[in-house]
Amino acid sequence: MAITEKTPLELGPGDSVRYAERPLGVFTRPQGGRGWRDWLSTVDHKRIGILYGVSAMFFFLVGGVEALLIRLQLAAPEGSVLSADVYNQVYTMHGVTMVFLFIMPLAAAFSNYFIPLQIGARDVAFPRLNALSFWIWLSGAIFLNTSWMVGGGGADCGWFCYSTNSGVAFSPSHGVDFYAIGLQILGIASLVSSVNLIVTCLNMRAPGMTLMRMPVLTWMLLITQFLLLFALPVITVALFLLMFDRLFDAQFFNPDAGADPLLWQHLFWIFGHPEVYIIILPAFGVVSEVIPTFSRKPLFGYEFMVFSGIAIGFMGWGVWAHHMFVSGIGPISVAAFSLSTMFIAVPTGVKVLNWLATMWGGKLRFTVAMKFAVATVAMFTIGGLSGVTHSVAPADTQQTDTYYIVAHFHYVIFGGGVLGLFAGIYFWWPKIWGHFLNERLGNWSFWIMLVGFNLTFGPMHILGLQGMSRRIDTYARGYGFEFWNMAATVGSLLIAVSVVLFIWNVVKSKRDAPHLPPPGPDPWDGRTLEWSIPSPVPVHNFDTVPQVHGRDEWWHTKYAENDEGKVVRVATVEEVAQTGEATGVHLPSPSFWPLAVAVGLPLIGYGLIFNLWLALIGALLTIASLYSWALEPVDDPDAAHDHHEEDHEDDENEDDQTGGHDS
Amino acid sequence: MSAEAVTADLGHAADEHGHDEHATTTGLSHTKLAMWVFLGSECLLFGGLISTYLLYKSRGNGRTLPTDVFDIPFTSVSSFVLLMSSLTMVLALSAVSRGEDEAGRTWLLATALLGGVFIGGQVYEFTSFVREGVAFTTNPASSAFFTLTGFHGVHVSLGIVMLMSLFVASVKGKLTQRNAETVEIVGLYWHFVDIVWIFIFTVIYLIPAD
Repeated sequence: MAITEKTPLELGPGDSVRYAERPLGVFTRPQGGRGWRDWLSTVDHKRIGILYGVSAMFFFLVGGVEALLIRLQLAAPEGSVLSADVYNQVYTMHGVTMVFLFIMPLAAAFSNYFIPLQIGARDVAFPRLNALSFWIWLSGAIFLNTSWMVGGGGADCGWFCYSTNSGVAFSPSHGVDFYAIGLQILGIASLVSSVNLIVTCLNMRAPGMTLMRMPVLTWMLLITQFLLLFALPVITVALFLLMFDRLFDAQFFNPDAGADPLLWQHLFWIFGHPEVYIIILPAFGVVSEVIPTFSRKPLFGYEFMVFSGIAIGFMGWGVWAHHMFVSGIGPISVAAFSLSTMFIAVPTGVKVLNWLATMWGGKLRFTVAMKFAVATVAMFTIGGLSGVTHSVAPADTQQTDTYYIVAHFHYVIFGGGVLGLFAGIYFWWPKIWGHFLNERLGNWSFWIMLVGFNLTFGPMHILGLQGMSRRIDTYARGYGFEFWNMAATVGSLLIAVSVVLFIWNVVKSKRDAPHLPPPGPDPWDGRTLEWSIPSPVPVHNFDTVPQVHGRDEWWHTKYAENDEGKVVRVATVEEVAQTGEATGVHLPSPSFWPLAVAVGLPLIGYGLIFNLWLALIGALLTIASLYSWALEPVDDPDAAHDHHEEDHEDDENEDDQTGGHDS
Repeated sequence: MSAEAVTADLGHAADEHGHDEHATTTGLSHTKLAMWVFLGSECLLFGGLISTYLLYKSRGNGRTLPTDVFDIPFTSVSSFVLLMSSLTMVLALSAVSRGEDEAGRTWLLATALLGGVFIGGQVYEFTSFVREGVAFTTNPASSAFFTLTGFHGVHVSLGIVMLMSLFVASVKGKLTQRNAETVEIVGLYWHFVDIVWIFIFTVIYLIPAD
């Protein structure tokens, strides 16, 4: 229905376009400004990135509190902090929150903010769809968490929510309904976002920015978007089946009627294993930017890094059943998935070795960002190695459903994903906010987190091998679990201290910023295009769209080889950085409709659970908003235009579509 | 196309700023590329649903299976109707891109009508199945059948909504030769939904349960 987008553009200058300003007489077209309303209607990829990041950090705290509750319950035998029922809900919501409401949106924050900057674009391909992704994500996140208040508790079936535990018989509260519908809403957000960012990456690169010149962060984020694109519909199918079973008495997961509980496991893990790479690849991308910058060397084996990322993206589809070795899938399946799981370690190993080779002989600077990046490599390697032990099916049979698994995936997801994204936060903070994070506080926060992380999850390897089960709400005395459980709980409190220090760092560095020299466009002597523009980034990103001549374009603007083949500085940052002073750059107009569309979806969700009339209201709101969106021109005809310069990239945003078929 | 839109908006001459038809990196417009990418995702959605049905098609729980009540001649006719709508869709695009708005509207309406006939056939089929004892909750096979074909029906219905939106836009004079690409993009979606039906008809209707 992109049709109506073009409508106002065809009218002559004197014709009225009033109908488009207030399509349903509800909103005046927002004009942009600095108040909170502007954040609700923004279509700027940088602001949307910040919204994602801030919301993700909020849910990090929510998930973190849930984690602390788990650890307090398990600190000593026969713990009584939580009842068994509440414990089930807390660990389920901890997993769901950390995966879908923290790491994925934090990675989305990086994708939104940095893909356009790294490829030299002014915005994403569909700015309003980008806003829609965020608002749908946020409405889904809030919807999911309201199950604590109105759904009779959180979901209590684990984040994987295996059938038949997820059925009404074993989970009679509405928690699982909120899980099924909430994840569908979150899935719509990620799907819209992935289409948008794939088109951005493929279609909006600056002149000369060939695919094999794209920065590795952008490459890894692009692969992540493809994984999302193909993995989300599979979980959507699974969630629909679950929802139909629970709300409309379908027979998909009812073994009494001859249904097969393994169907859920297959559908879930066909999504779930690519999901692991959806979580880890953005962190790999961040590390691949941070390590070369602080080693003052180009990334070792760029092609191998890119192609091993692609290889991981492909092979990630062929390993899902290693989550199901004890589900009775038969010896041939087990053998095949064992082998594919061992193979996928190869491209991952290539990456680790290339990071090490990048540092080898480099001029290392251990800033906090670099420390986080190096810790990511080290911790992820531990997690990766314990992962390979799972590919050995007999060993995996012993380890399944023990704390060894919990240790493994926290080393991968926390040690790899979270530490990696923290490296990115410290690295790009000055670019986003125009001031540094305090390095001294950051240093404390880093070391406390690293120690706390290892103290929390290291002992879980031992507990698991001793036979302690996952997902039990308590354990009896005398199994030898006491000491290491207490150690893990102390470790989790250390992580909490480190997160508090980080938040204090955010507050303090903002407060101190006016007294410190500003970071300038390029504080770390960076290599990619985002460092060629002022910090914080001006709303139009680039004054002139850069012409790209090779990889690490910005580095080669500053440095060149002299006659003796030595790298020498040929230009200062001040000489070659853009000033951000261009005026009259034509930008897409803000819109309230993405927010309005997003508000309708949770109403549909509540309606499906409680009262179908509410679902009808939500659906009407969403449909009305989509049509209003379609009738609203991409660019406000009344907004002040000044097109005497720099309008040659305007057309990027004209093709915005309504997303009508996405709902 | 987008470049033209911009120049129309700004009242600038296109050549003044060196706009050309292929301002994007790939040469495809954003919207068309987005539709292709989105359809890639849709393949996995229907892949999951078709797999579910194939797993469950013989699991009747002692009650009637969908395969027992299929009316192949009837569904063949409605499948033929849906396939013909792809032909009228192509004719609509061809007419709009040649600037023949009147013919374009006719073919758009014809496409929507053929789609509507298909949906009508599906409604009739569903009600007659329910009458013959195969309802949504009868057994795993019936749940899977109604979910799969229902999802496809919803896709066709959304397509009809898009086609009617195009039709209304054309009546208002807002769909012309210049934005014929919009018709092409809706067409991509429409053809995709048709192709999915070819799979569903072959795999679901023509292969019997064991």
